Amino acid sequence: MQFMLLFSRQGKLRLQKWYVPLSDKEKKKITRELVQTVLARKPKMCSFLEWRDLKIVYKRYASLYFCCAIEDQDNELITLEIIHRYVELLDKYFGSVCELDIIFNFEKAYFILDEFLLGGEVQETSKKNVLKAIEQADLLQEVFFLCCLTKAIGCLGEVWEGS
Amino acid sequence: MPAVSKGDGMRGLAVFISDIRNCKSKEAEIKRINKELANIRSKFKGDKALDGYSKKKYVCKLLFIFLLGHDIDFGHMEAVNLLSSNKYTEKQIGYLFISVLVNSNSELIRLINNAIKNDLASRNPTFMCLALHCIANVGSREMGEAFAADIPRILVAGDSMDSVKQSAALCLLRLYKASPDLVPMGEWTARVVHLLNDQHMGVVTAAVSLITCLCKKNPDDFKTCISLAVSRLSRIVSSASTDLQDYTYYFVPAPWLSVKLLRLLQCYPPPEDAAVKGRLVECLETVLNKAQEPPKSKKVQHSNAKNAILFETISLIIHYDSEPNLLVRACNQLGQFLQHRETNLRYLALESMCTLASSEFSHEAVKTHIDTVINALKTERDVSVRQRAADLLYAMCDRSNAKQIVSEMLRYLETADYAIREEIVLKVAILAEKYAVDYSWYVDTILNLIRIAGDYVSEEVWYRVLQIVTNRDDVQGYAAKTVFEALQAPACHENMVKVGGYILGEFGNLIAGDPRSSPPVQFSLLHSKFHLCSVATRALLLSTYIKFINLFPETKATIQGVLRAGSQLRNADVELQQRAVEYLTLSSVASTDVLATVLEEMPPFPERESSILAKLKRKKGPGAGSALDDGRRDPSSNDVNGGVEPTPSTVSTPSPSADLLGLRAAPPPAAPPATSGAGNLLVDVFSDGPAAQPGLGPTPEEAFLSELEPPAPESPMALLADPAPAADPGPEDIGPPIPEADELLNKFVCKNNGVLFENQLLQIGVKSEFRQNLGRMYLFYGNKTSVQFQNFSPTVVHPGDLQTQLAVQTKRVAAQVDGGAQVQQVLNIECLRDFLTPPLLSVRFRYGGAPQSLTLKLPVTINKFFQPTEMAAQDFFQRWKQLSLPQQEAQKIFKANHPMDAEVTKAKLLGFGSALLDNVDPNPENFVGAGIIQTKALQVGCLLRLEPNAQAQMYRLTLRTSKEPVSRHLCELLAQQF
Repeated sequence: MQFMLLFSRQGKLRLQKWYVPLSDKEKKKITRELVQTVLARKPKMCSFLEWRDLKIVYKRYASLYFCCAIEDQDNELITLEIIHRYVELLDKYFGSVCELDIIFNFEKAYFILDEFLLGGEVQETSKKNVLKAIEQADLLQEVFFLCCLTKAIGCLGEVWEGS
Repeated sequence: MPAVSKGDGMRGLAVFISDIRNCKSKEAEIKRINKELANIRSKFKGDKALDGYSKKKYVCKLLFIFLLGHDIDFGHMEAVNLLSSNKYTEKQIGYLFISVLVNSNSELIRLINNAIKNDLASRNPTFMCLALHCIANVGSREMGEAFAADIPRILVAGDSMDSVKQSAALCLLRLYKASPDLVPMGEWTARVVHLLNDQHMGVVTAAVSLITCLCKKNPDDFKTCISLAVSRLSRIVSSASTDLQDYTYYFVPAPWLSVKLLRLLQCYPPPEDAAVKGRLVECLETVLNKAQEPPKSKKVQHSNAKNAILFETISLIIHYDSEPNLLVRACNQLGQFLQHRETNLRYLALESMCTLASSEFSHEAVKTHIDTVINALKTERDVSVRQRAADLLYAMCDRSNAKQIVSEMLRYLETADYAIREEIVLKVAILAEKYAVDYSWYVDTILNLIRIAGDYVSEEVWYRVLQIVTNRDDVQGYAAKTVFEALQAPACHENMVKVGGYILGEFGNLIAGDPRSSPPVQFSLLHSKFHLCSVATRALLLSTYIKFINLFPETKATIQGVLRAGSQLRNADVELQQRAVEYLTLSSVASTDVLATVLEEMPPFPERESSILAKLKRKKGPGAGSALDDGRRDPSSNDVNGGVEPTPSTVSTPSPSADLLGLRAAPPPAAPPATSGAGNLLVDVFSDGPAAQPGLGPTPEEAFLSELEPPAPESPMALLADPAPAADPGPEDIGPPIPEADELLNKFVCKNNGVLFENQLLQIGVKSEFRQNLGRMYLFYGNKTSVQFQNFSPTVVHPGDLQTQLAVQTKRVAAQVDGGAQVQQVLNIECLRDFLTPPLLSVRFRYGGAPQSLTLKLPVTINKFFQPTEMAAQDFFQRWKQLSLPQQEAQKIFKANHPMDAEVTKAKLLGFGSALLDNVDPNPENFVGAGIIQTKALQVGCLLRLEPNAQAQMYRLTLRTSKEPVSRHLCELLAQQF
């Protein structure tokens, strides 16, 4: 996968993840062009389109469009399910996710994506494992807070073993 | 429970985001942001040390602002500080900031790398993963240099946690894609292959991606992955829908892993080991069987995941192209999808069937779906699906169904979306030509194309119909009659006027017997369109008129009247004016015999690749012509369209270079870039051969006209000078090249025109043009003194073997060059085979009685015969891989001699002659090029890659060609240019 974009029906970009080196200018140009193209499409149309020498796979969830650019030999349907699995992960983490969750907790949305996809490839498909990694981190942060208070660094190990 | 309450809610951030959302206008938003930026700046600059939480909060705000699309030029240092925090979320935000706002400040990079190094060494898996994610997200060369060697170790270490292995595998993949040279291969590769056996499915999922990428470059090193992948796949495919627990997705076991494994297998030919192959075929059959089972869930996710595997399986079957049974089953399966209610499936089925159509085993099976596909073309509501249907019709077309398909496509064209009209036009034109049984059908089809979609009929298409009509005398009468009728329509497209004008000018006599199309009628019909046409068309019509004067002497007076009219003779357009003047004069001074000779019917065009096919390929990238490319499946087609003219090299030398660069995909040599200028337009129609007139000095248009005119004035001079043929002096007769000769030569490697040499006496200028393996060079010798040069004699010498490699014909020049005067010498050059040394130019003359002599290197280097070749990334890499013998590659690492400017570099590479390919190299700083060196005896495919390293002020240049000395020579030539 070369990049993933999340944008609203109004065309506001909510998340952008680039897996190929591009300049900021190019990124903005691509985003503008794709948002326009995708928003212009009608609901019943097919989820795939050719764009430059890439294939675009997109799907709309409520007010948000999820849009991935993949290469010629990549599989469109499995990319559609990458999108869906990511939505499921967000949903599970935030509890019926909505656009606002992603706006206000954008950093979490990035962290979850990094656990799921890395360098444009699927890293971990198990929902449990991805969320475990994220929740562990959340937990860790609370524990760190406690640890710092009590200066009891030792409890760190227990937390890991316990989780 | 929402995460915000999970302990790290940054209230200040939430408030800020709310504020931004409440802004009513863009201005208000910018104002709010500027206020925040000022606030953050002052906090960062303040004397009071910020605590970690505040730093995190502000960095996060900056990130938010950046992601909104605003520029951020500070905060990097604070983010880097966060990296070494021992609080996880602080570190995490620091890493996120760094990976989104990559900065090239080297001091910063040093600090970042240091923090990453510490985290990688921390043995804390959570920190290690964060660091690996950051490397993978940034993926820069600097990161590669710092960590590419460590990551394989982490990946295969026995004590690495699974999550670390997963991140390490994909991190390495990213670094390898960015800079493959930085990832050292070694004993770890064997252990990576064995990760396919890992019991953790996530580890396997990550590892397969890495292996798929690595094995493309080193297929042999990773060969063992085939059997491992097959057995892994087999276990997944045969597992029950719940066996894999959390790796089962909507009742489909491990769909992502399955797809990746099937992709990996597509990097290799079918397994050699019979047992492995048997097992794999079984897997593929199981997938095909499962497609027929009732779905286990009604959810679209279930069917998508299942069909993702199915489509990947079909891709593998097509890739193997060796199991007729599986191919036909695949085709039947896709046939079912063609009528599926899911648009996505219909789209993919049409796409996938396109590739099936090119397999001899399934071509017939694909053809049985013709009615469904035609129906899709008519009824699909989504233009991208219709486009796929048109592609498939094109791919499945052969002699048996050509008439049906062409007529359906023509009908579709009337309502087709504007975006795809031109492509449909090209496809119809190609099919009509390719499968024409009788040429009247072909002519009808093309004229229909012009009628229906005249605006989308490109020059290539109507040039082609003229070429074919010119070459086939059995269709000329029919063509003349048909265009005549078509021109009678009250409104006809300008392209119709062009075709009509040309054809009537050539073959109007064939229908002149019929009083309804007598010469005056033909002329007035054409002339009635004249005033509405563009300059280019009017220019063409003027040529038609002069041809009419020859064909039909009775029209002479009328036509001369037209030419004489003020609107022609004094036309503001110089081209029209010139034609009117010249044609008028020609028609009045030349005798009937001379006219008949000059205006004779055009000779047949040499057969070569259809320029339309080349255009379609340019539009769609290589492979677009699919099965039609070479008519392999249908050998008899060659006699219809002349087919692809075999190039000498493909016939006589079965060298590996023959089809390496997809010579057939290269733009046809004779088709000039499609400009609309009148000159170019005409030369393609009128010129008679690919390179008979390299169109140098005089514009191509003048070249055409010069056939009609007395010889150019320079020739008599040459005749007067010295009638004796000049024997080239042997190398021993001339002195060694002057010391600067090499340097002077280097100046001309990337350009064709300029001053070659200058001293107090003499200036030598060069103007040259090369096309294919031919070139023409004009040398201008300027006498800078006020005294006449005597016995002036420039000669070209071929040292060594060069005579057999390069033919240079020179014309003698006047032996006296007056003071302040300039003489011109024309050199015709033909490259016979590849050569390494340039010819020498020896100039001798007497100046004030003293003999002067001077030897230079003639700026003719092998790269002049480059023909640029465009290709897609995939093809480039495939060809790059094919040229992997060590002797085929030449590499040079060298210091930059000039400022490193990307635009200048680009211009130099283009001047060097290769095409520049964008989006091939994963690193956009790098340059990748491709081209073919055209010589008479053979063609040499060349690929090149130039990697600038701005920091070190160095370049690395790599050349791969099918001929060893050529690689080295080109590498040396080019390296001196930067």
